[in-house]
Order: sequence, then structure tokens, then C-alpha cells
Amino acid sequence: MATLAPQSASATAVHEEVLDNGLRVLIQEVHTAPLASVWCWYRVGSRDEGPGLTGVSHWCEHMNFKGTTNIPRDKVKGIIEQYGGYWNGYTWVDQTTYTETATRDALDHMLFIEAERMASCLYDPADCESERTVIISELQGGENDPDQLLDQELTATAIQAHPYRHPTIGWLSDLQTMTREDLYGYYRRFYLPNNATLVMVGDIDTDAALKSAARQFAAIPSGEIRRPVHTREPEQLGERRVTIRREGTTAYLKLGYHAPAIGDPDFFPMLLLDAMLSGAKGINMWASFRTPPPQRSARLYQALVNTGLASAVGGALMPTQDPFVYTVSVTATEGVPLARVEEATLAALEIVRRQGLTAQELRKAKNQLRARLVFENDSITNIAHQLGYFETINSWRFVGSIAQRVEAVTLNEVAEVAERRLTPSNRTIGWFDPLS
Amino acid sequence: MRTTTHAGLAPVRDVLANGVRVVAKESRTTPAVTIHATVYAGTICDPPSQPGVAHFISRTVDRGTMTRSVDEIAEELDSRGVSLSTSVNRHALSLVSTCLVEDFDSILSLVADIVRHPVFPEGEVETRRREIITTIRQDEDNPASVATEALMEILYGSAHPYGRRPRGTTDTVETITRSTLQAFHGTWFVPGALCLVIVGDVEPERAVDAAARTFGSWRGAEPPEITLPVPEPGRQRRVRVIPMMNKVQADVAYGFVSILRSDPAYYAYWLMNNILGQYSIGGRLGDSIRERQGMAYYVFSSLDANVIPGPLVIRAGINPANVERAIASIDAELSRFAAEGPTDRELAESKQYLIGSMPRTLETNIGIANFLQTVEFFSLGLDYDLRVPGLLQAVTREDVHAGAQAVLDPQRAVIAVAGPYDGPLR
Repeated sequence: MATLAPQSASATAVHEEVLDNGLRVLIQEVHTAPLASVWCWYRVGSRDEGPGLTGVSHWCEHMNFKGTTNIPRDKVKGIIEQYGGYWNGYTWVDQTTYTETATRDALDHMLFIEAERMASCLYDPADCESERTVIISELQGGENDPDQLLDQELTATAIQAHPYRHPTIGWLSDLQTMTREDLYGYYRRFYLPNNATLVMVGDIDTDAALKSAARQFAAIPSGEIRRPVHTREPEQLGERRVTIRREGTTAYLKLGYHAPAIGDPDFFPMLLLDAMLSGAKGINMWASFRTPPPQRSARLYQALVNTGLASAVGGALMPTQDPFVYTVSVTATEGVPLARVEEATLAALEIVRRQGLTAQELRKAKNQLRARLVFENDSITNIAHQLGYFETINSWRFVGSIAQRVEAVTLNEVAEVAERRLTPSNRTIGWFDPLS
Repeated sequence: MRTTTHAGLAPVRDVLANGVRVVAKESRTTPAVTIHATVYAGTICDPPSQPGVAHFISRTVDRGTMTRSVDEIAEELDSRGVSLSTSVNRHALSLVSTCLVEDFDSILSLVADIVRHPVFPEGEVETRRREIITTIRQDEDNPASVATEALMEILYGSAHPYGRRPRGTTDTVETITRSTLQAFHGTWFVPGALCLVIVGDVEPERAVDAAARTFGSWRGAEPPEITLPVPEPGRQRRVRVIPMMNKVQADVAYGFVSILRSDPAYYAYWLMNNILGQYSIGGRLGDSIRERQGMAYYVFSSLDANVIPGPLVIRAGINPANVERAIASIDAELSRFAAEGPTDRELAESKQYLIGSMPRTLETNIGIANFLQTVEFFSLGLDYDLRVPGLLQAVTREDVHAGAQAVLDPQRAVIAVAGPYDGPLR
């Protein structure tokens, strides 16, 4: 058992327990609303997919909502809803996760659903087929968005060896050919208690919640996790470019730089660098769906939007287990050539690289991140998300140290990271250049 | 006059002498405060010949005041890590800010300054104009926006404030000048049109006092009355196809004119919409089109009963090869609903869900603030959160069935399809 200091008076410390089968359970009491949130996390994501099977993690996530041995297909809907609840799931490079938030009296039902999901999903062949077209529709809906299309192409160009290079939704031909056996085999391989973290947060009692979790999960046997070897991304030797030429109305520029993994000492200086370049976003991928408005005193906003060259600019540094890509995304103002937008963006970054940033900018970025860390803990769903997210890519203890790590970053560290990482040979430049 | 209730959410409401409405609710979940300032100056207030003014205001109002330059505003917000977002819909323009409790007084003063004294600097107006035009061009390349805007235009007519494009067109935006913005602000940004909701770690009395301090000296005329034409109910099915052959997936927007928010049948319609296209993943429509037929990643319906009969809209993203089949499935689900009504079980489940989801809706400061703004806009009463369960419980199967019969008629539907599809549906 270990504890993490509570963030507020209405919350207790985090309680950690590992069941005999290896399932890690994290519980935090937060008594602000009569609600409970459960997240069940698996260390499986698109990083674990090989050729021919891209998209399998995400497709499994969809299949894991389609009935289990003890929850018939037509009874999946309604269990959580009857407690006014909400359920969902997502898959990304390092993780697949499932969540329910509902009134606190639904806790046992949520745990029952998650235990069933871990051990007893059906993968009915007809359901696998019908979901194939749903997922292809999800992929095609994404491709309707030029920015998303460019993001996918940029990632695949910037990363050449590591499996982070392929999109989590998968490549179309794999989605067309994957079989029920591929899906079910993958499910059995990774959905094991010793590959999972169960998080419970809310108006609950720690001892009772732990007993409930043991009752639901203890009988699920652990197994050997056969994880593929991950190729390490070799050093990039020169600038790369990718251009999409398609009909469209608007031009987009995207820069991708090889980024530090969460465990790399560069991560927090890079997070501060991003905040100074494009405004702080916080560090909760779930809460950040509520995108904050741009922070207009940030360097790139000043250089690109306030000069009229771009209508929007944003940066994205994601916490990941292995090095991923830091992206800067720019929407060109109608009528401004992409080459000019690119030139101005690179010039603004080069100034930062050569001259560094000011102590005042660093102070401001720290204040922004400090506020974001408070704002993104506004719901039990968000609090629970953070514990599971960081446990999956590193350790849940990380969550309690984020504020301190942000505060500890020095101007020299930021300057050094900018100088070393924002180089031409570390970047890929992507254009969506519309054919009119 | 200060009023409150003593159970449930129990916000404190006050109307300042100048007509500004203030609603405050204390919540100690985080050491933060959400300031939600809504001015009833939405896109329905646009001059008929110049759609896009209210949206233009939303992009420029926070770009300089009589005493603060655009950079000073940015600095004041950014140095504290405060988010300030402006948005506009048909009826209201909102400034929403979340700040740490220690910054509450400063940020409320800033919000008041922005609402009361914007100057719309010439240079900012020009820069933001180019941004807005870029956004409009992005919308024109987005099948979801194109389908939805076409649907609204057919349902309400291109001259109706609900039927116009809320951001205007590239042509109308070119005609908007600094003085257009100043005139709009002078007319519509008046004390009687402002509702200020404050939710967070601050005592309601202190919040109301702070509101009086920052907005109390504001003077202005009553906002003008706008009479919105009541739309004619559709008499026949109307279909518009907008081919966008550069896209991969087609977006369908399928809808009707529904009812007034103040109609006693509203709660039956709310439940009808939940059963039809919301409950769990997309209600009956989700069951049929996503779960059973695998035709779409998303399909759902939404109900916007308003101060005039607002739209009930079904939306779906569909592979172009399946457009006709998906629309036929929507037709079939609507016909079945109109013929048979909901089952007892569906009705009970949707009631239970909507009532049970109230604590979740009201968990966060922003959730509470949005709820209180809705309560104020439709004059639902300070105890509305306590009355919702009873209002929903009172709805019978026959009430929902009557609603379905009145509105869910495929022969009177308006359908817009945008994407890589050019027929044969017409």
C-alpha cells in the first residue's frame, strides 16, 4: 500500500493495493458529489500492433462493449444509464481504457461490467463484421478533416521505425482484412489482470470498494504477457517533408519534432517550452477535450496570429511511454501562401532556439500550468483518469509530483531543450496544400 | 431583490438596480471560480442584410477596452493562467472564464471592462476579419457544417434569423466595419441584457457584491425587442444534396421544426428525443443504424426547443454507398415511433436516466453555470433542479406518443446530405 497526499480537504490520499492475480487497484475518496467514477486501464495500444493488424487495439475496444458471458448483448445498454451514468472508452498508443461515472450506488455494477470485460467478452462473429463498417466509418469521418489527415501523415513520416508511426484507428486495408480470430486472439493476449489498473474515485468508502473489487476480479487468472519488442526510433539525420495535395479550402502547416518520453528529464522543460510557445494546455488528455482558448501572449500566437499570417496556432506535447512527436499546428489565413507561414513559424522558433526565452515568460507559463492542474481536477472522472493514465505509462505517483516538477524547471533547462530539439534535423514539415 | 431557495442547488439571485441579473452558487470542489457572463446579443440580433455581426463581436470584443490595450488584456489573463472564452449562439453571446479564487476580483473587473467598454481597434478588426473568413472557408469544406447549415436554411428560410448562417458569409463579413461593431454593441450590450452567473469557491454574498461593484454603475437603454417569425410547419418532404466529392464520408442532417421551450409538452418531447436518438449510444437510431446495421460511427438526435419552435435534428456520418439505406432506416424508425409510441420500458428507462444524471450535470462549476444560465434564459425558477424529476415523472406514454405523432413524420422531413455523394436521392 502507498499513498499520495490529497489535493483538497474533501479528498483522501490514494490507496493502492495489488491483488494476488496482479491487478493493481487505486482508490481515492472524493466526497464532493454523490458520484463514483471507475476507470479500468490496460497496457495495450497501437504500439503493440504489428503489420496487418494495425487498428486491432481500437477494434477490440469496440468489441468489448458488445456483450459478455453474463451480460447478454442486448443488456449492455442500460446498466449504467439506470444510475444516471455515463460510460465510454478510448484507445491510444500506449493504452486502452474504459470508464463509467454514475451515482455512487452503481459502484458494484461498474465493477461487475469491468470484470466481465476483462475476462468474458464474446466477440460474436456477426458483431465483429458489423463493427468493421462502423470503424471504417470512424476512419473516414476523420479523413474528412484535413488537419487530422495531415497529422496522420506527419506522424508516419516523422517516426519511421517505432510502432507509434501508424494511426491508432489503423490503416484501411488492415481494417478490411482483419478476422474475428485476430481480434479475439489479441483480446486474450492482453486483457489480463496483471496487465491492468483499476481506478475508483468518488463518494465511496475505500475498504468497501476494495472488497467489491476483490469479489469481482480475484478469480480472474493472471497470465504471461507476451509483449512485442519495440524498435527504438533511430536518430533522424535531416529534415523531412510531407505534402498532401487535395481539394479543399484552407491550407495547414504542421511541424513535428521528436519529443521526450514521460520518463525523460527533458519532458517537463519541453512542457514549459510548449506553454511559452503556444499556451499551457495542462496534462490531462481527457480534460483537454475542453480545449482552452489560445493564450494570446504566447510566442507563436504573437508571431503568426497577431500578424495576420495564421488564423490559429497550437502546440501539442503528449505524455507517452516512448518518445513521440511534439507538433505545432498552424492554420494559414485565407490568401496567405503556406511558404510564408512556414517561414514565419520557423523564424519564430529559431529566435527561441538562439536567444532563449525570458524569466517572465517562464513565470507566466508556470502560473498557467499551475492553474490548469487545478482546473483539470474539477471532476472525479478527471481525477481518476490521471491516476490510471500515468500508472499505465509510468507510475500513478507521478500525478502528485507534476506541480512540483513544473515549478522546478529552470530557464536554462528550457533554453537547452529548445536549442537541442528544435533543430532542422529533428523536424518534419507537413503541408496540406489545397487544390482549389 | 435577493432571492434563494433552501434545498438542492439553491443559488442566490439578485437583480441590480440597472437590471443586471446576477446568479451565484458556492461550490468548494476546487479553489477556482467560473464567471459566466451572458449577454442576450446572439446571431438573431444581426442586421438582416449583414449576418455575421454578432459572431464578429465575439471575436473582437476582448481585443481592447477604453483603458486596456489588447496586449494588456492578454497579459493579464495569461500571467494568471486564466482561460477566457467567448462564444455566440442564436440568442446569446457568452464570456466564460475560469480562474483561481485568488484572482476572482481582478478577473471579474476585467470581464466587466470587456463587456462594458470594448473599443474594437481598427487593426484588430482587420486581422480578425481575415481569421473569420478563414473559419468560414473551413466550414465550407466541412460536410457536417454544410449539411447542418443547409438543413436550417430549408427549415426556417434563408432570411429567418434561425436560417441564416450564424457566421455570415465571406461577402457579408467584408462589409462589417468598426462602426458596425460599435453600433451593435451600443444597442445590444446593455444592463438589462446581461445575466452574470458566478459559480465556485466564493460566498454568494461576496459574488453578488463584486458584481454590483463592477456592473452597478453601468447605464443603458432597454434592449430592443426582436420578433422572430414563427416558422411554417413543413407540409412536404424536402431534400437537398450538396456534393463535396473531395470528401470520404457523407454527413446527413435530417430534421423538423419542433416546439416552444415553454410548451407544456416540452418534457414529453425531451423524453421522446432521448428515446429516439440519445439514450445510451444514440437511442433507437443508434441501435438500428450503428449497432444492428453497422452503417455509421455516429448517429444521434438533438432537440432545441426555444423561444420559437426550434429544430429537432438527426445527424449521422455515413459511407456514401449507404446514404439511401441510412435515410430509409431513419424514415422507418420515425414512422414506427409515430405509429406505436415508446414502450413502457423505454419511457421508464429514459426517465430514470435523465433524472439520475442530474448530479453529474451539476458536478463541475461550468456544468452548474451552464445550467443556471439556461434556467435564467427560460425563466425556469431557482428551484428548477428540484422540480425536474417531478416534471419528467409526470409524462405519460400517451404524451410521448402524441409528440411523436405530431412531429416525427418522414413525409414532412427536411433532409440535407453533404459529402462525396451526388444522388440519386433528390
